[in-house]
Amino acid sequence: MTRWNSLLVFISLLFSIPLAIVFGSLFFPEYEVWEHLRATVLIDYIGNSFALLIGVGFFSLLIGVIPAWLVTMYRFPLSRQLEWALLLPMSVPAYIIAYTYTGALDVAGPLQVTLREITGWQYRDYWFPEVRSLGGAIAMLSLVLYPYIYLLARAAFIEQSVCVLEVSRTLGCNAFGGFRRVALPLARPAIMVGLSLVVMETLADYGTVQYFGVSTFTTGIFRTWFGLGNSLAAAQMSALLLVFVAVFLYLEKRSRKQARYHHTSSRYSSLMQQRLTKGHGVIALIICAAPLSFGFIVPVSLLINWAIDTYLDVLGKDFYLLFFNSLFLAFITSMLAVGIALFMAYSNRNNQSLLNKIMVRLVSMGYAIPGTVIAVGVLIPFAWFDNSLDNFLIENFNISSGLLISGTVFILVFAYLVRFLAVSINTIEAALVKIKPVMDEVAKTTGMHTINILRSIHMPMMRGSLLTASLLVFVDVLKELPATLILRPFNFNTLAVRTYELANEELLAEAAVPALAIVIVGIIPVIIISNSISRSRPGHG
Amino acid sequence: MIKYIHLLIFLFTLQSANAAEVNIYSARKEALIKPLLDQFSKETGIAVNIVTGKADTLLKRLEAENRNTPADILLTVDVARLVRAKEKALFQQIDSKLLNQVIPKNYRDDDKQWFGLSLRSRVIIYAPDRVDKNDLSSYMDLANEKWINRICVRSSSNVYNQSLVAAMIANYGLLKVERWGRGLVSNFARPPKGGDRDQIKAIAAGVCDVGLVNNYYLAGMLESSQKSDVVAAKKIRLFWPDQSTHGVHMNVSGAGILKSAKNKKEAIQLLEFLVGDFAQQWYADTNYEYSINSKLENSSVLKSWGKFKADELNLDLLGQHNIDALMLMDRVGWK
Amino acid sequence: MDKAIEIKNISLTIEGRSILEDVSFDVREAEIACLLGPSGCGKTTLLRSIAGLEIQDEGEVWVKGVLFSDLTHHLPVEQRHIGMVFQDYALFPHMNVRDNIVFGLKNYNTKMSIQRLDELVTLFSLEKHINKYPHSLSGGQQQRVALARAMAPRPGVLLLDEPFASLDIELREQIARELRLILKLDGITTIMVSHNQLEAFAMADIIGVMNDGHLLQWDNAFDLYHKPKTAVVAGFIGEGVFISGEVINNKEVKTEIGVIQSAATHQTVIGKKVRVLIRPDDILHDDNSDMAARVVDKAFRGAEFLYTLQLESGLRILSLVPSHHDHPINEPIGIRLEIDHLVIFDEK
Repeated sequence: MTRWNSLLVFISLLFSIPLAIVFGSLFFPEYEVWEHLRATVLIDYIGNSFALLIGVGFFSLLIGVIPAWLVTMYRFPLSRQLEWALLLPMSVPAYIIAYTYTGALDVAGPLQVTLREITGWQYRDYWFPEVRSLGGAIAMLSLVLYPYIYLLARAAFIEQSVCVLEVSRTLGCNAFGGFRRVALPLARPAIMVGLSLVVMETLADYGTVQYFGVSTFTTGIFRTWFGLGNSLAAAQMSALLLVFVAVFLYLEKRSRKQARYHHTSSRYSSLMQQRLTKGHGVIALIICAAPLSFGFIVPVSLLINWAIDTYLDVLGKDFYLLFFNSLFLAFITSMLAVGIALFMAYSNRNNQSLLNKIMVRLVSMGYAIPGTVIAVGVLIPFAWFDNSLDNFLIENFNISSGLLISGTVFILVFAYLVRFLAVSINTIEAALVKIKPVMDEVAKTTGMHTINILRSIHMPMMRGSLLTASLLVFVDVLKELPATLILRPFNFNTLAVRTYELANEELLAEAAVPALAIVIVGIIPVIIISNSISRSRPGHG
Repeated sequence: MIKYIHLLIFLFTLQSANAAEVNIYSARKEALIKPLLDQFSKETGIAVNIVTGKADTLLKRLEAENRNTPADILLTVDVARLVRAKEKALFQQIDSKLLNQVIPKNYRDDDKQWFGLSLRSRVIIYAPDRVDKNDLSSYMDLANEKWINRICVRSSSNVYNQSLVAAMIANYGLLKVERWGRGLVSNFARPPKGGDRDQIKAIAAGVCDVGLVNNYYLAGMLESSQKSDVVAAKKIRLFWPDQSTHGVHMNVSGAGILKSAKNKKEAIQLLEFLVGDFAQQWYADTNYEYSINSKLENSSVLKSWGKFKADELNLDLLGQHNIDALMLMDRVGWK
Repeated sequence: MDKAIEIKNISLTIEGRSILEDVSFDVREAEIACLLGPSGCGKTTLLRSIAGLEIQDEGEVWVKGVLFSDLTHHLPVEQRHIGMVFQDYALFPHMNVRDNIVFGLKNYNTKMSIQRLDELVTLFSLEKHINKYPHSLSGGQQQRVALARAMAPRPGVLLLDEPFASLDIELREQIARELRLILKLDGITTIMVSHNQLEAFAMADIIGVMNDGHLLQWDNAFDLYHKPKTAVVAGFIGEGVFISGEVINNKEVKTEIGVIQSAATHQTVIGKKVRVLIRPDDILHDDNSDMAARVVDKAFRGAEFLYTLQLESGLRILSLVPSHHDHPINEPIGIRLEIDHLVIFDEK
């Protein structure tokens, strides 16, 4: 056990290095810069970030939970398809959706231009929602991030014992009452995990808010780091951000207190979906179809429209290399992420010491650190390591090793892991929590070793979650931008990088093809995840 | 299984040890210089390896990588970052007669550490149907009350604006420029968003009447394959500010050779190629920038804007005042 | 007494399989009824139909004179005002005991509700557990919470699905008796479902024996035991064996172990071959008897031994004997027939 433990500690510390660097900066106060920030932009940063968080949190909860419930409990036109289709926006990076809507709805975009031509109105004569604003940013991020909550809420709803819901009905709850008082509270842990992911993604977002001109804390970090050139102050701002996230996560955990979510009923009759009346059915359809349309169908149609014009130019040897690079990185990272997460979750489960718990929390914090901050936080120690090694070798053996790790794919994958381990850890931990410890004890009495328990009992029960975890990480890496931009090796580009560069040059039409490639590759895992969830209901298939 | 992965990764990062090559960290987007680099490789047989990114992040990477950085050249789109790189002691002195000959003095470093490769100006644009040309005069004038709600500019986080403000600080001093900044911000028709092209489109759409952009963006849109771009750009006119005083604000895209460059010879070759006629003509024709070589012909679009007086301020000052500019823009609320 | 529940000709088919066929019965006000039968006989499905969780294909459900369900009309579950306790209690894991119990009450904070809560807590002895969460309760405590929760809104009818299945066996009968007291005190009409006769006997006023979707007999425990209507019921209730016999007259039947006389006359044809039900309590141990049988097996039951005895012909019968008569296997013992109720069925 101690060997297990020390490995856990080592891995946690390794992946916490960027975190350490960020917090280490707190030891070097930078009064001048902070005074400047406080006097000028800090309130703006904080205010906007809060508004963004509250807005995105609220809307993604709404858009994620309600359709999840409808699709799980009822049958209405297209409900079967919507089950997995509602996940599709997850494959669209936020900055892509921002660019496409801006392209279509902006003052100079086709919609408003046509409007002005038809009516003869001038810009100030009519009101049209401004896409590039705080409100627009909230909309974009909600549309793209709600699938996290939808995914987890749906998994939770599917898993609930039917008996509990039936009991609530005998006690006088109608469908809505049962949802509000029983199903929703029981699904809360899962929904909260989804919400945490949404919160962290929102805080880390740079591309969307920067394009929309919304000054958030994160854009402030960038500006301080690169604009003002003050690494320390920027790191300190990052530390502040992380403290906020840590407090949020802590409060959320505490609010769950005593109530335990182990299933009290182990009887699972198959979930009978109620068929909705025509009127209700149509309403349900509209409620579910809306996020899908705005979050996926509309932007992708726009992209396809643009891509049709340009694909002949874009597709070529160059493009296929991009494609391969992206897939390669995503695959390796997701495999490693699941492996490490399994290891950590199990170590924690077997030995629930405070140290272990802290270690796991520490590693999960990586998700809250914006990609750029991680990149630099990773670059510094590795470059230092490489340089030291090089110095050592030169002094003693007169050979130069050059840069061994920095500037290679290793460092990129490492940065991804720092950022995305939280995703796999959270998913796998949530799954493990549902396997009652008594099962382990039963298995142990028959003489099974831990590894066998893992293999023959836990694995089948967790298969769905393992798949989900690896696919979530896969899609995330595929979409990742800021860290990739900074750390990638020579002549190495990914689909995300290419899309960003082209979109930034306002060559949206050309950007459409790599953007679509990201979306298409991202769709497949999305469908697989959804299918595995529907089939994961115990007592079902 | 793991062994194969190692091999794969190793192959990815393997760099050919035999062929001659030069490695660039570039803030210019790849698409904007690749043809040039390909031509260079064709002519000289030297392979060019490139990593693109924002100048700031590239600088951070160079600082961290230190002596062992694989990069030979840092290429930027603005002079402030070149100056910053020099301040961080990343560049080395280059003695090249050609470079010194072709590049005018105020567009290269006095200490021969960085070199401008192409010129760009930041000009005032306006909608001729809503603005009388005679109302425009200088950058300073843009703070005047008559422009309330009529100005569109991009964010202050963009280096072009920072350099413009830095140049103004060098010309007028902090106090005056801060007052100007407040006035300018109160004239904004909307909070800064988007890039220079967005400002052009905004003026065309009637959101505002006056803007500040780099000249090549306007040129690019006039000759764009996207019809909507052309339609919008045609509604805009260009105005050369401060012609009776110090002249239009100029900036350069440029490069420097890193102290730890392993391919110094090839790097110098590349820089000299980039100031050569082929490259300069390409900059002019394809990117609509002004050639650093004053003797070269400009593209027709550029020519149509006529001659102008350029500010002869030493570009070094743009770099030195960069942080002052940024903090000033924070103070006046230029987002 | 009024009929609280009327079940009329309920039939239900699921995926082609007939689960319930033409089931009818009535439960009177304040009566405790039990549906008794082996697994798969349809009793739970029937209970769920009364609750409204299943919809029958044919038949009607009436509760307190209100039509709950027929072919055209189906009152939703939440409007039926019934209380139901599921087999594994299905307590709400995210609520403590108090919140679980008051869940069905319209308004938690009225004086009436608080009173009702106190009533139930006292009734079920849950004072010490009010703030605990379900996972920290024992099986028995969970059952009491589930019952309190179901009864809190004063439902018209209480439905119990295998209420003792999750409890320790030794406690079951005692808990069943206690529960019966509570239910009788409250006066609530109850239908429970069980596969265990002892629970049914302890709890119910009237029992419906079910098998294969059919209701075989609807009677009190005593009559079910002593006057089973069909061989299946006889085989299910209590213990016993069938031995073959021949009708002598309308009061006597000749069997291998002697002529059996019944107290009441029975309709039959003289000379007909029949099967006679012999219960363990019909065979007494009598050392003075001429008839003897050999002990082939014995089961200790505390107060009694259940001996399996074999006659010379090889026929085996059961006998319940006070346990201080401890006879070893293979020893012959004297037996005497003492049958009060003659139960005969046609030879199959």
